[in-house]
Amino acid sequence: MLETVNYTATEELTDLFYQNIEMYREGCPDFMNNPRGKAIGIFKRRGIPSRKNEDYKYTDLRPVFQNDFSVIPRYVEQNVDLHEVFNCDVPQLNTHLILLINGWYYGRNRKMGNFPEGVICSSLQHAANEHPELVEKYYNQLAGQSEDPMSNLNTALAKDGLFFYVPDNVTIEAPVQVINLMNAKDHTFAIQRNLFVAGKNSEVKIVFCDHTLNQQYYILNNLSECFVNDDARFGFFSVQNQHNGAVNNTHFYAKLGNHAKLDTNVITLNGGIVRNNLQVKLAGEHAHANVNGLILADEKQHVDNATSIDHMMPNCTSSQLYKNILDDQSSGAFSGKIHVFRDAQKTEAFQQNNNVLLTETAEMNTKPQLIIDADDVRCSHGATVGRIDEDALFYLRARGIGEKEARLMIMFAFAEEVLSQIGVPVLRERMEELVDRRLRGELGPCQNCSLSHKK
Amino acid sequence: MLSIKNLHAVVEGKEILKGINLEIKPGEIHAIMGPNGSGKSTLANVLAGHEKYEVTEGEITFMGENLLDQAAEDRARNGLFLSFQYPIEIPGVSMVNFLKTAVNEHRKHKGLDPLTASQFLKLMEEKKKVVEISSQLTNRSVNEGFSGGEKKRNEIFQMAMLEPRLSILDETDSGLDIDALRVVANGVNALKRDDNATIVVTHYQRLLDYIIPDHVHVMYNGKIVKSAGKELAYELEEKGYDWIKKELGE
Amino acid sequence: MTEQDKLLEQVTNEDYKFGFVTDIETDIIDIGLNEDVVRLISLKKEEPEWMLDFRLKAYRKWLEMKAPDWAYLKVPPIDYQSISYYAAPKQKKKLNSLDEVDQELLDTFNKLGIPLEEQKHLAGVAVDAVMDSVSVKTTFKEVLAEKGIIFCSFSEAVREFPDLVKKYLGNAVPYADNYFAALNSAVFSDGSFCYIPKGVRCPMELSTYFRINAANTGQFERTLIVADDDSYVSYLEGCTAPMRDENQLHAAVVEIIAMERAEVKYSTVQNWYPGDKNGKGGIYNFVTKRGICRGDYSKISWTQVETGSAITWKYPSCVLMGDHSKGEFYSVALTNHHQQADTGTKMIHIGKNTKSLIVSKGISAGVSNNSYRGLVKVSKRADNARNFSQCDSLLMGSKCGAHTFPYIECANKSAILEHEATTSKISEDQIFYCNQRGIDTEDAVAMIVNGYAKEVLNKLPMEFAVEAQKLLALSLEGSVG
Repeated sequence: MLETVNYTATEELTDLFYQNIEMYREGCPDFMNNPRGKAIGIFKRRGIPSRKNEDYKYTDLRPVFQNDFSVIPRYVEQNVDLHEVFNCDVPQLNTHLILLINGWYYGRNRKMGNFPEGVICSSLQHAANEHPELVEKYYNQLAGQSEDPMSNLNTALAKDGLFFYVPDNVTIEAPVQVINLMNAKDHTFAIQRNLFVAGKNSEVKIVFCDHTLNQQYYILNNLSECFVNDDARFGFFSVQNQHNGAVNNTHFYAKLGNHAKLDTNVITLNGGIVRNNLQVKLAGEHAHANVNGLILADEKQHVDNATSIDHMMPNCTSSQLYKNILDDQSSGAFSGKIHVFRDAQKTEAFQQNNNVLLTETAEMNTKPQLIIDADDVRCSHGATVGRIDEDALFYLRARGIGEKEARLMIMFAFAEEVLSQIGVPVLRERMEELVDRRLRGELGPCQNCSLSHKK
Repeated sequence: MLSIKNLHAVVEGKEILKGINLEIKPGEIHAIMGPNGSGKSTLANVLAGHEKYEVTEGEITFMGENLLDQAAEDRARNGLFLSFQYPIEIPGVSMVNFLKTAVNEHRKHKGLDPLTASQFLKLMEEKKKVVEISSQLTNRSVNEGFSGGEKKRNEIFQMAMLEPRLSILDETDSGLDIDALRVVANGVNALKRDDNATIVVTHYQRLLDYIIPDHVHVMYNGKIVKSAGKELAYELEEKGYDWIKKELGE
Repeated sequence: MTEQDKLLEQVTNEDYKFGFVTDIETDIIDIGLNEDVVRLISLKKEEPEWMLDFRLKAYRKWLEMKAPDWAYLKVPPIDYQSISYYAAPKQKKKLNSLDEVDQELLDTFNKLGIPLEEQKHLAGVAVDAVMDSVSVKTTFKEVLAEKGIIFCSFSEAVREFPDLVKKYLGNAVPYADNYFAALNSAVFSDGSFCYIPKGVRCPMELSTYFRINAANTGQFERTLIVADDDSYVSYLEGCTAPMRDENQLHAAVVEIIAMERAEVKYSTVQNWYPGDKNGKGGIYNFVTKRGICRGDYSKISWTQVETGSAITWKYPSCVLMGDHSKGEFYSVALTNHHQQADTGTKMIHIGKNTKSLIVSKGISAGVSNNSYRGLVKVSKRADNARNFSQCDSLLMGSKCGAHTFPYIECANKSAILEHEATTSKISEDQIFYCNQRGIDTEDAVAMIVNGYAKEVLNKLPMEFAVEAQKLLALSLEGSVG
């Protein structure tokens, strides 16, 4: 069922919620429905962020909702056979392939992959009804603390997405690939809600690929909550490759227990307006977060990454590295916060943001921040904005390498520092190839899966 | 000069020194040897008054006074000098300012007037020659950007400036090439007088080729297990520390 | 009680040594703020119509504005109607020579170490002494006049050089710039004015010394420095206030205009009363300082040592309009006890080949919060802009906070911008090393802090650098945790 409304402002999105409240509640348990009222209230009070909102100083989301779009409040069957669309040629990646379309989980009738005993991989709505005690324990525990209006809009409207649970002491060797498609007949505003739970001493790596299958105007508001319990290892590798008219607004919340380890890596290849919020709470001792991003933008793309790492307990470490390569009239933004709480002694937190502008018209704004309330800590941040190192370029050319190739080599070397952080060798190699192709202009947003070759 | 009786000390709840006894008289050079982790550096730090090390039992008198009652700076002013194993960097604090403050604090303690800037610089020029340290080093911040050898040389230079009664050289030879070792040893020997004493803490015998000890003590597992003349150092060099362990029946 | 606690107690009992009150008859107007008060101030100062207009426009704008809330500060609400906006030490008549200055005033400034008798004063520093927003005395005026340099109180400049003041007033800090600048523009009572003519190198340091004395008053002074083509001036500013239980507001404005190839060096040692150890009293220091490098190859350099004030909100900035112009900001900000500081700079690159340098050293102790906030902005046509920023924080004790909020906005690909920030603490090993050489802990801390701040202190004129070093040591004694 599709419904077309003309939404232009915060009030109208709020009205959308109240007018369709029964539809949003339908099929969801209380613990999903109860937080909706408070969330829409925060959204209404704070509004769709403009630049006046300090957290969105470099990204105005209001124009995004000026266009007409529809919402899909109910599951609609789509006949997309992944294997028709994709032929994944990355070894070990095709073992577990999960499909999400317009925010909804597909394949509810199919048994997914051959996961070890006890692993739950399903629709969030389905899991919420089937395993209420498990889902309720985690659902909205992190997002519910946020004052971010778009995050709260997600909580108000959320109906489905991916639920992935790994029991204690279970290791899933091969990366789990999630194909997150936008594929509708109309301009569409989609809400997606994911929940990841890694039990004690478990391990899983998720590869999350955002794509658009056609040129409709898409707005995706995608929120993931991720709980990495004691001694667990969680990897989240996101590849954003939507078309250059799409809007992708992601929220990633993670909470780490003692000795837990989180690796995240976002690679933005294509997309119109991309705004990624990432918040990590190091809530156990000796937890470690490794948070990285690589952004390759051209034309009129705008990519804004906002990270926030809370060091709440002693002896935790975090490391952030974000790099932007900005071409044409693209613009990039980075805002990274490290907050060391009182008594979180022996914290080590590092953050680096390096940016290259390739044209006169590209623009970069960066805002690294340190908030330090403990004294026995090692924290630093660094940010640079510059152009391609002309001396290095000359050096390569003097060795007989053509200018174009030399430029590519330098850019690739710049990007490689982020890619080298990807701890899964097959994945890293694949990403390197993708980035190389993207830099050469050989990879367009129209290709369906950046991780796979088209048939 | 220094008398240690039944000294026990703990670090972070772990007992490292388990009953040390040692007597040092003016004019003597003592070498303390022993395998890694035997407590040599702990002893040096306890003598200098590092707060990380807690003395749980025993007594130390230095120059006739109870050493354990004294703060680290008072021990220094009374003439106890520690050449650190790992001299720390203090960014932005110039060597000149640092040493001038230290020298004048020592002088104040002895009831002497502080040195004027020119007197101080003259003294520095004099002492620099003793340890063959270049002006480049003394113009920099304390230990900042110094190589391992430079740091050790700088320690001996400070020793020359402060003219201590008892110098404790904690692994001063570690990380030194043979030339630097010679310079450091020459410095120590040049500063040798009848009324001062030296403790050389070392793992290897090679420094003792240059600084000849009157007594050699072997530390093992927090105790001095063997004491003899300088010949003990050669014996150790030849037979290794396993020999001591065997003798102790381990 | 540990040794450190003892030291801490000793320091907290240490008095702010400039905390005395001068008993002098003061011409003070009733508390409260409205248009009549603005008119009254203008009338008392016998100002021309255009000056009153400027004030009124600012006042009306101010009414529409809101106090900024984006800083990392907890600012208690300020009742602007409970402040008196004009207080002046009563002087019997117009002054012709120093002999006629009130002995009380001379004594006050002598006590602060600012002798107003020229023969007694440090050679090479001309002083404009301002008490409760009114210029008391400017020294060396005649010597400077020979070179064509104008250095006088702001009121005098309005009377004697109206064209110059009119031309430059509000250029760098427009009356509507921000809440506190608007308030200042409406009610400022005095300050210093300085004009360096073309090709003149000012032969001595110019200095303004600010003193708040009267109770329940705000201090709203305004400084305007214009350096014409090829000129040079080094300007110093110092400030103190009595100890009072109430908070007092200081909302000053400093404007600098540097023309072609002109260079202005502005140094501040800010030592307003910081409040007591429990956070009672102290000055709210909400100051707008901005310089415009208007001419090509011009240069403005801000150096600040901020140790006082209960709350500091201050961002001395440079607008680099001229090609090849250069802006510098060197800062040491120290907070102890309950002090709060949110300070930094803005470097706005507009001209081509412009350069800026930021060196900020924050020191936090006690339960204070100390933030660096800065903006480096490169506009589209600012080709080849360069910036390097270094923001370090030193934390002393586990109950204070050190925060860094740099903003970097770049719209030109030829720019090279670098920002680095680190945090550290004084390590126990550093202290022990000093102890082992016979230096006690207090001296060791002072030495290490001064070493940490050295890069900035070195930028101060000699006499100020020595003062600043002592001040840092005094503000921190024993606070190592």
